[in-house]
Amino acid sequence: MTALPSYDSNINKVNESRVDRIFMSSNTGCLIIITLVVLLPLIFIVSASFSSSEAVIAGKVTLFPVDFSLQGYQTIFEHKKVWNGFANSLFYTFFGTIFNVAMTIIAAYPLSRQDLVGRRIITFAFIFTMLFSGGLIPTYMVVRDLGLLNTRLAMILPTGIGIFNLLITITFFRTTIPPELIEASRIDGANDFRTFRSIVLPLARPIIAVLALFYAVDHWNTYFRALIYLKDQELFPLQLVLREILIQNSIDASMLIDIEDLVAREGLRELLKYSLIVVASVPVMIIYPFVQRHFVKGMMIGSVK
Amino acid sequence: MSFASRMRPPNREARAKLWLRIRRNWQLYVLLILPLAWLIVFRYAPMYGAQIAFRQYSPAFGIEGSPWVGLANFTRFFNSPKFEPVIVNTLVLSFYSLIAGFPIPIILALSLNQVKARLFRNSVQMITYAPHFISTVVIVGMLFQFLHPRVGFTASLANAMSARPPNWMGDPGAFRHIFVWSGIWQGMGFSAIIYLAVLSTIDPALHEAAVVDGASRLQRIRYIDIPGLLPTAMVLLVLSTGQVLEVSFEKVYLMQTPLNLGVSEVINTYVYKVGLLSPILDFSYSTAIGLLQGLVGLALIVAVNYLARRMTQSGVW
Repeated sequence: MTALPSYDSNINKVNESRVDRIFMSSNTGCLIIITLVVLLPLIFIVSASFSSSEAVIAGKVTLFPVDFSLQGYQTIFEHKKVWNGFANSLFYTFFGTIFNVAMTIIAAYPLSRQDLVGRRIITFAFIFTMLFSGGLIPTYMVVRDLGLLNTRLAMILPTGIGIFNLLITITFFRTTIPPELIEASRIDGANDFRTFRSIVLPLARPIIAVLALFYAVDHWNTYFRALIYLKDQELFPLQLVLREILIQNSIDASMLIDIEDLVAREGLRELLKYSLIVVASVPVMIIYPFVQRHFVKGMMIGSVK
Repeated sequence: MSFASRMRPPNREARAKLWLRIRRNWQLYVLLILPLAWLIVFRYAPMYGAQIAFRQYSPAFGIEGSPWVGLANFTRFFNSPKFEPVIVNTLVLSFYSLIAGFPIPIILALSLNQVKARLFRNSVQMITYAPHFISTVVIVGMLFQFLHPRVGFTASLANAMSARPPNWMGDPGAFRHIFVWSGIWQGMGFSAIIYLAVLSTIDPALHEAAVVDGASRLQRIRYIDIPGLLPTAMVLLVLSTGQVLEVSFEKVYLMQTPLNLGVSEVINTYVYKVGLLSPILDFSYSTAIGLLQGLVGLALIVAVNYLARRMTQSGVW
C-alpha cells in the first residue's frame, strides 16, 4: 500500500473485505427498515385525511388515499373552535418565543463573560432549578397570586428561560465571541450596552435561530400549561382543542349536524381526526426542514463543553 | 457560608479591586435583572411555597398563616392504598423507558455514522428526526387511531388476516409497551443527533490506523466509536436517572383510560389529580407528594453522578 486509505475516501471500497461488505449492506438494510417504520405511520395519517369517510371507517386506507376527498378538511375549516385554537396557539407561540429568546439572550451574555464577578453562583442558581423544583402546586399558587390565572400571560410568563437553552447559549457566546473582541470595542469607547447591541447581537444570529425554533416548537406543542392555568374556552390553544376531539372523542354535534345517517356521522368523526392531526402538525413540519441544519449545529455547540 | 468566605478577598487592596471589577461591569448586571427577577418569582418562590407540604394549607390563612403539621402529609401518603401502585407504576414505566430507550439512539448513531452516501444519510436523518416535532396530543391521538379496535390500522391488518382485531389501548397489559415504544419511535432520531455530533469529533487518524492494522468496520465500531461515545452516554444516563420519577405527565395523562388506570397512574398524574382536579383541592397533600418526588430525584442524580465519576471519570459535574 502506497498511501493510507483515508476513512472517507472511496479507495476504501476497493479494498473492503467481504465481512465489511456484508456488514455495510445489512447496515443499510436496517436503516431503511427503521426509516420506513418512522415514515409509514405518517404517510398513513396523511393518506387517511385525504380519503372519504367511508373508506376510513371501512379500514380500506393503507398507503394511498382511497376515494380522494377533502371532506375532513372542509368540516374543520367550518369549525370555529379549531380556528380559534389555531389563532390562540399562533399568539402564544409568537409572543412567547420572543419573550423566551430575549430573556435567554440577556441572561446568557453576562454569564458568558469570564470577568463577571459572581458568574458561577448565578449560573448555579439557574442550573439548580433543573435539578429541583418547588413542584406543580406551589408554582400554580404563584401564578394564581400574581393574578395570571385564566389570562394569556399565564401561557407566556412562566415559561421564561429554558435552562438547557441557557446553557447552550452561554457556550455559544463563550466559543464564538473572543474576549479580545469585547476588549477592542471597549477601547473604542463602547460601553457594555453598546457592545451587546452592536457586536454581540449581530454575532448571535445563529443561536437566536436555534433558540427560536426550540421555544416555538415547545409553545406550539404543549398543552400542560393551558390545562392547569386556563378555564376560558376562548383562550384555549389548539392542543387543548385537539385533546377534546382526538382523545376525549367529544366533537361538537353542530359539526356533524348536516349528516343524518349514523354510520356516515361516525365515519366523518374518524376522518376529521386525521385531518386535524395534519392541520395541527403542518406549521411545524413546514419550518422544520429549513432550520434542521441550525438545530443540529445548536446541539453540537451545546455538547462541546 | 463557606462559599462567601472563599469569595472574599484577603486584603483591602484586593477588595477594592474586586469592587472595581463589579463597578466596571455594572451594565452586565443590569442585563441580568429581568432574568433574575423571573428566576426568583417563577422558580424560587415556588420552592419557598413548597413549605405548605409541612402545613395544613388553607387559602384563608395563606402560606405562612396555615398551621404546621410536621410530616403528617407525608405519612398520609405512605399509608395510603395509592402509595404502592403509584410508586411501582412510576418506577416500572421509567426504568422500562430508560433501559429500552437508552441504547437505541446510540445504535442508530453508530449505524448512521457508517453511511457515507450523503443523500441517503440526510434523508434517513430528516425522516427520523421528524416525529420529535409532533406534539404529544397528536402522538397519542395517532396511537388511538392506529390501534382503534374497529377502524384502526391494526384492525385492518387483523381483518385482512381474518383474526380478531385487538383492543390494545383498552388493554392494561399493553399500556407500558405502547407508552415506551411510541416514545422510542418519536425520540430515537433526535436523541441520536448528540451522539452523531460526538462521533464526528473522533480523530480520523484512529480509524486510519485501525484500517492499516486490518480492523473490520465492526471492530472499529467496537474499539474506537463506542469508547468515544462513552463519556457523553454516561452524562446523558446520569441526567435521565435523575428524571426517573419524572415520567412525562403530558403523555401518561393523555393515555390514561379508566381501564388502564391500575398501571398508568404515576406520581405526576396523581399529584395533579389530588391538587387540582379532586373536589377537595388538597394543596398540602399534593405538594408533599411532589416534594418527595423532587427530593428523591435530587438525591438520585447526586448519587448516580458520584458513581459515574468513580467508575468512568466522567460525570455531569
